Amino acid sequence: MATVTVAFLAVPLIGLLTKASWSTLWSDLTNPVAVDALKLSLICSAWATGLSLVFGVPLAWVLARTEFPGRNLVRAMTILPMVLPPVVGGVALLLAFGRDGILGRPLYDWFGVQFTFSTAGAVLAETFVAMPFLIITVEAALRSLDGRFEDAAANLGAGRWTTFRRVSLPMIAPSLVAGTALTWARALGEFGATITFAGDIQGRTQTLPLAVYLALQENEHVAVALSLALLAVSIVVLVSLRGRWLGAIRP
Amino acid sequence: MSLSGEVEVTLGTFDQRLHLDVADGEVVAVLGPNGSGKTTLLRALAGLQPLSGGRIVLDGVVLDDPVANVLIPPEHRACGMVFQDYLLFPHLTAVANVAFGPRNRGVAKGEATRQAVEWLDRVGLADKALAKPRQLSGGEAQRVALARAMATDPRLLLLDEPMAALDAGLRGSLRHQLRHLLRSFGGSCVMVTHDPLDAAAIADRLVIIEAGRLVQQGTLEEVTTRPRTGYVAKLMGLNLIRGRAYGTGLILDGGTILETVGPSIGEMLAVIAPRDIALYLAPPGGSPRNTWSTRVAEVHLMGDRARVLLGDPIPVTAEITAVAMAELGLTDGAPVWASVKATQIDVYPAD
Repeated sequence: MATVTVAFLAVPLIGLLTKASWSTLWSDLTNPVAVDALKLSLICSAWATGLSLVFGVPLAWVLARTEFPGRNLVRAMTILPMVLPPVVGGVALLLAFGRDGILGRPLYDWFGVQFTFSTAGAVLAETFVAMPFLIITVEAALRSLDGRFEDAAANLGAGRWTTFRRVSLPMIAPSLVAGTALTWARALGEFGATITFAGDIQGRTQTLPLAVYLALQENEHVAVALSLALLAVSIVVLVSLRGRWLGAIRP
Repeated sequence: MSLSGEVEVTLGTFDQRLHLDVADGEVVAVLGPNGSGKTTLLRALAGLQPLSGGRIVLDGVVLDDPVANVLIPPEHRACGMVFQDYLLFPHLTAVANVAFGPRNRGVAKGEATRQAVEWLDRVGLADKALAKPRQLSGGEAQRVALARAMATDPRLLLLDEPMAALDAGLRGSLRHQLRHLLRSFGGSCVMVTHDPLDAAAIADRLVIIEAGRLVQQGTLEEVTTRPRTGYVAKLMGLNLIRGRAYGTGLILDGGTILETVGPSIGEMLAVIAPRDIALYLAPPGGSPRNTWSTRVAEVHLMGDRARVLLGDPIPVTAEITAVAMAELGLTDGAPVWASVKATQIDVYPAD
């Protein structure tokens, strides 16, 4: 059984490697469509990761360290995008931030801000899908952090913010790094919500996964080349986290 | 009077109510069994556990008074604490740990570091300034924690089991150092411990709490000679007996009567040192006024001494030499005669 499972997981990767047209790999990766997609993906995923950090870490702290009615509901809502089909997420975003959306309409009418068919929309979609990974990683780390260290900091005259910045945050640094890497990887791979909400415009909303999907129908070896690039990124993330996960499996 | 605390804390089913005053320059040791509320008391004084009633005043400043709706948060109290397990910040060097407090009180970085180095020097660890906590031994970590707590120039110093994490071999010299350091501290100091030796070596006064209540306080001598509860007596290695006195007779709960020097009357406590109880295989003759037959409940060997726990009618511990124990052939359940002289029973009022 285990062999079958391993084969099932490994064969597609081997297929990707054997089907790759190594001789044209460089030209495939440097054609304008691919370059645009690569650039856009890096920009969007970096923004999504940054936004997740800025907004996700404080929420993680609130969930881990405070008691308030409805906290479990809030936690469930923050985790929902992880289990929600990304397409549904895209539709939901469209209804909220689209030009006729609950928030999208006033934003457009008053400020001329439009998310659909814009890079900002792609960033929004990626953030929506990826941020939960950061929140749950950081919340779990804060929870497992001995709260008495925060007591010690308070006893030494540190207010909440100083305690968080100088004690809690450095102490959960490994989890923060892992959560950030996961979030970035998820944002980089985002497809469903992005194409549904932001659309598929080269140079503006067409991120790598969208480009792969499109290329597959016209130019298979370009799709394979871009997939290899994404696979390489995934491996780099996995290796950089090996101390946390692969290491944890060892007895 | 420096610290005056009327501490009332309710935590679920646990409820603490006790009064504690500590003078300037005084070191008070708080002893008590596990779960008696020792740490809760320190946390309340530090502001990490708000009071549900009562009032804490330090140097004339009200720190906590739920009735008057006053609660100074921990970061604004002139109170340093050495936590159990020390809780040094693992990502900071020893010197950064010590400088953490002064930095939060607005001291510039360079000056805070200079002060921290000075403090580390005072506890004899100047050469460990750049070590991370995981590179420090238990004794070194304790002294860094102490320096960290004192570097904020507190008026109240709280020590939570400062010796518990140390090897027995280290304790002696560290006790001495801690005592020396606390002598130079001008404020009030409260040290929680479960070791009467630590309390005796370091503190001026002992306070004993059980189940959230103060059951006894006084100097080591007062507490040792006049224990008020079974816990205190056991801590000091003494037998404590409760009874009702009529003249020179002390009537115990089971009806047994002990002859004492007396005369006294009313509810009494009596202390018998374990080594004053003699054991025999046959009824002894001679002068002892109190002789009774019993069985051995348990025997503990401690070096060349043996502690023999006796069963009914008077469950006390006798201490004899290991040689005597071997000669008597005492084992669990063996029948034995016990005796104690009336002059060796110290009787005092129970309240």
